[in-house]
Amino acid sequence: MKTNLRLIVYLSILLSFSLIFAACSGQPMGSSNSGGTSGGGDGGDVRLVGSGASFPKPIYEKWVSEFGKVNKTAKIDYQSTGSSAGIKAVQQQTADFGASDAPMNDDELKAAQGGDLLHIPTVLGAVVVTYNVEGLSAPLRLSPQTVVDIFLGKVKKWNDEKIKADNQGVNLPDKDITVVYRSDGSGTTNVFNNYLGKVSPDWTAKGQNMTLPQGVGIGAQRNDGVMGQVKQTPNTIGYVELTFAKANNLPVAVLKNSAGNFVEANIETVTAAAADSAAKTPDDLRVDITNAAGANAYPIASYTYILAYKDQKDAVKGKLLADFLWWATHDGQSFAKDLHYAPLPAEIVAKVETRLKMMTNAGQPLRK
Amino acid sequence: MENIADTKQTNFASEQKARNRRRLISSLMTTLTAACAIFVVGLLLIILGYIAVRGVASLNLQFLIDTPKPVGEGGGIGNAIVGSFLMTGVASLIGLPVGIAAGVYLAEYGDGWFGHIVRFVADTMTGIPSIIVGIFVFTVFVLPMGRQSGFAGSLALAIIMIPIVARTTEEMIRLVPKSMREGALALGAPNWRVTWDIVLPAAKSGIATGAMLAIARVSGETAPLLFTALNSRFYNFHLDQPMASLTVQIYNYATGPFEIEWKMAWAATLILMLLILIINVAVRYLTRRRF
Amino acid sequence: MSQTNTIGDTIFRAILLLAAASILLIVTAIIVMMTQNSLPSIRQYGFSFLTSSEWNPSAGLYGALPFIYGTVVSSVIAVIISVPLSLGIAIFLTEQASVRFGRPIAFLVELLAAIPSVVYGLWGIFVLAPFVREYLGAFLQNYLGFIPLFQGRLTGIGMLTGALILAIMITPIITAVVRDVLEAVPTTQREAALALGATEWETTRVVLSNAASGIAGAVVLGLGRAIGETMAVTMVIGNVPQITASLFEPGYTIASVLAANFAEARDALYFSALIEIGLILFLVTFVVNALAKLLVIGVTSGAGQKA
Repeated sequence: MKTNLRLIVYLSILLSFSLIFAACSGQPMGSSNSGGTSGGGDGGDVRLVGSGASFPKPIYEKWVSEFGKVNKTAKIDYQSTGSSAGIKAVQQQTADFGASDAPMNDDELKAAQGGDLLHIPTVLGAVVVTYNVEGLSAPLRLSPQTVVDIFLGKVKKWNDEKIKADNQGVNLPDKDITVVYRSDGSGTTNVFNNYLGKVSPDWTAKGQNMTLPQGVGIGAQRNDGVMGQVKQTPNTIGYVELTFAKANNLPVAVLKNSAGNFVEANIETVTAAAADSAAKTPDDLRVDITNAAGANAYPIASYTYILAYKDQKDAVKGKLLADFLWWATHDGQSFAKDLHYAPLPAEIVAKVETRLKMMTNAGQPLRK
Repeated sequence: MENIADTKQTNFASEQKARNRRRLISSLMTTLTAACAIFVVGLLLIILGYIAVRGVASLNLQFLIDTPKPVGEGGGIGNAIVGSFLMTGVASLIGLPVGIAAGVYLAEYGDGWFGHIVRFVADTMTGIPSIIVGIFVFTVFVLPMGRQSGFAGSLALAIIMIPIVARTTEEMIRLVPKSMREGALALGAPNWRVTWDIVLPAAKSGIATGAMLAIARVSGETAPLLFTALNSRFYNFHLDQPMASLTVQIYNYATGPFEIEWKMAWAATLILMLLILIINVAVRYLTRRRF
Repeated sequence: MSQTNTIGDTIFRAILLLAAASILLIVTAIIVMMTQNSLPSIRQYGFSFLTSSEWNPSAGLYGALPFIYGTVVSSVIAVIISVPLSLGIAIFLTEQASVRFGRPIAFLVELLAAIPSVVYGLWGIFVLAPFVREYLGAFLQNYLGFIPLFQGRLTGIGMLTGALILAIMITPIITAVVRDVLEAVPTTQREAALALGATEWETTRVVLSNAASGIAGAVVLGLGRAIGETMAVTMVIGNVPQITASLFEPGYTIASVLAANFAEARDALYFSALIEIGLILFLVTFVVNALAKLLVIGVTSGAGQKA
């Protein structure tokens, strides 16, 4: 009797386990080509998994939440893992879409295992220099070379001559500057590198570069990590997307742009930065707008991209993705301003529409 | 005569001095070791106390039910709680039977060269960095499958559990007196019957406590879940999709800047610690008569 | 066991054998998979991988030395801090405390081992790092600032904080093993010493010298645990692959770089370099744990012989 009971218990455990697993997999484990998550989830919910940049995380989270109100079966899971991890996830197809502030180069595009990848710019943002210093009543003004020298470790104290030169009359403390930078491969770093490389010959990491030259300061992961470190450690300076600094009430430095004007980072200056190049943007939408021309242009502005395969393997998920991206680049733009992102210029939206119409499943376009 | 008495006296005095000095050192060392114990216990109480205070302050019903929301709109760790439970549960379903079976093998048949190797490997595996297990499962399971999943996370946790459970099970079974075994054998029972019907039931409380400790250990793991289960912002009961967990959420929130996320991290920590503490106290209670 | 085996015996034994073999299978699979994936990096760098401190993923340059350095330094400092503490507690519990008093203390110390790594990290960020910055580090820098160890920018995030957290985490393990080892020393030793007029401390010294190799094993075990610790360290060490004398400066350990950068390594060489670093960690942990076991088993194999 006892044996039978125990046997039954063990067998039922094994049985229930295999039942759980069988019930849960929408697809058999072998067919992995569709990537991402299974189409028909529970009760008709369609799930997408996206992975990538932390730069646009606040607005992507907002969009996912708002889109979910419009399309009740949509469950879009965006995970902020950093641009580099997002590119890897979409290349290896462990996520349904990726996100990166840095456009992929041709080699990276070739390495994508699911075919052609589309770059869909979603919103405009600003990389700002934020800091945690006591006793300052107004934002610091920083010239390009000063920023370079701070991040190279040549300017070591807050009351250094170079900082004083741009901030006459401000009482700067005699404390060490601690730089906080991204230890993970970052699109935000890439934009920052782009800018610094353009404004100074001292900055060796030029062009496409998702990591900062090593050895100065503390490393943190994602925009969240840098912001968290700056917020909690006095006398630190770091670079993050504007909305992070705003949401945490930390000051943002005022930077000198290519026209020689000190400009704040806000929606107008970011829009101005994009205005110059909007009409000249290539069709694949891979562009960099740092150090843009224009009297009022913010020097470290950037588009941020969602990376989606042109040829979607799953009809249901592909449609959802195309619809979401359409919604985000049209209706979703109205949510940008509250979160301190700038909406896409009209010329870009037009080009985005063309690209979105290129998305297909089994030869049929997903958006007519 | 007097000389000898004098020498004896001075010898006695210096001996007395030396003895006193030695006794002083001994008392000093006793105090020092007691201080060590008090210091470390004090540290533990500080840590637990801090968790309790911050955790309780952050706890509210909304946190326990909601899922993460956009910045500024609140949110909660409900899906993380469910995810952790699910993944730990499935990990136990896989890890406990395999681990217990391996432990029984080591106890019953494990005295040969094969048993020695397995035992040695299991012992060293209990100390393996869990991040390596996560990387392993990512490469051999997540990549071929094409996505991260709760099941991959459970698999990683199970791999960590198996050597731990195997060794504790073996220890517990070896404690069963030989006489019980011999009695059953004398009555003509086959070997497997003896193990299944006599030895295992005798060792069951020990095996259960070993299992509980392994579950407590594995529920607090983060590194194996980072690349295998990823994370999720939704309630998810499907093991074949990315799943949230308390530990990964604590990690993400603790390293970020948002106060509301910090609060959620403390609430999650409190829940996790309560679970682990309850298991540990229960195990202690169940094993008390052994002393 | 010269009984004739029934079918039931054979099947039962086969199932158990399978379960036991699975442990070997998993370990073999891990080693094979990691070696295979390390090959590109091994072919590229060979032995110089271990001695090069040039770590620049965007330039395609990989050298493991900063991580090896960070792992070794944080672990060794953790052991240096933890061993005296653990020894003290173990001695107190076995030699001096009464059973009634000692058991709750022993339980509380073991509870430290039950706290998850990420919770230590959380506590480290919010409590320990500010403490190191405002008090401990400031104290060290003020009074011992002439030593290069204590120079450098003090932010609370760095090697010292990492080592401190590790020290707290490995204390319960070392304590538990030393306790086992001390309890395994036969009481005859103690009685003999006391009979010769030794004080309590002198008796303890005799016991300690008896258990010396076991204590060494406990220390090595603690070291092994510290080497592999991931989350708590990642959250407080600062994530900078650099080699510097200052304890206040940030560093990077092998486990931390894997946790932080593995998800984004898409360049084949980057991926391979990370796996190779992981393989180094795995092998070192394996060897260290094996060594610990050998040292401990020598002393406790006669456990329970309280003659």
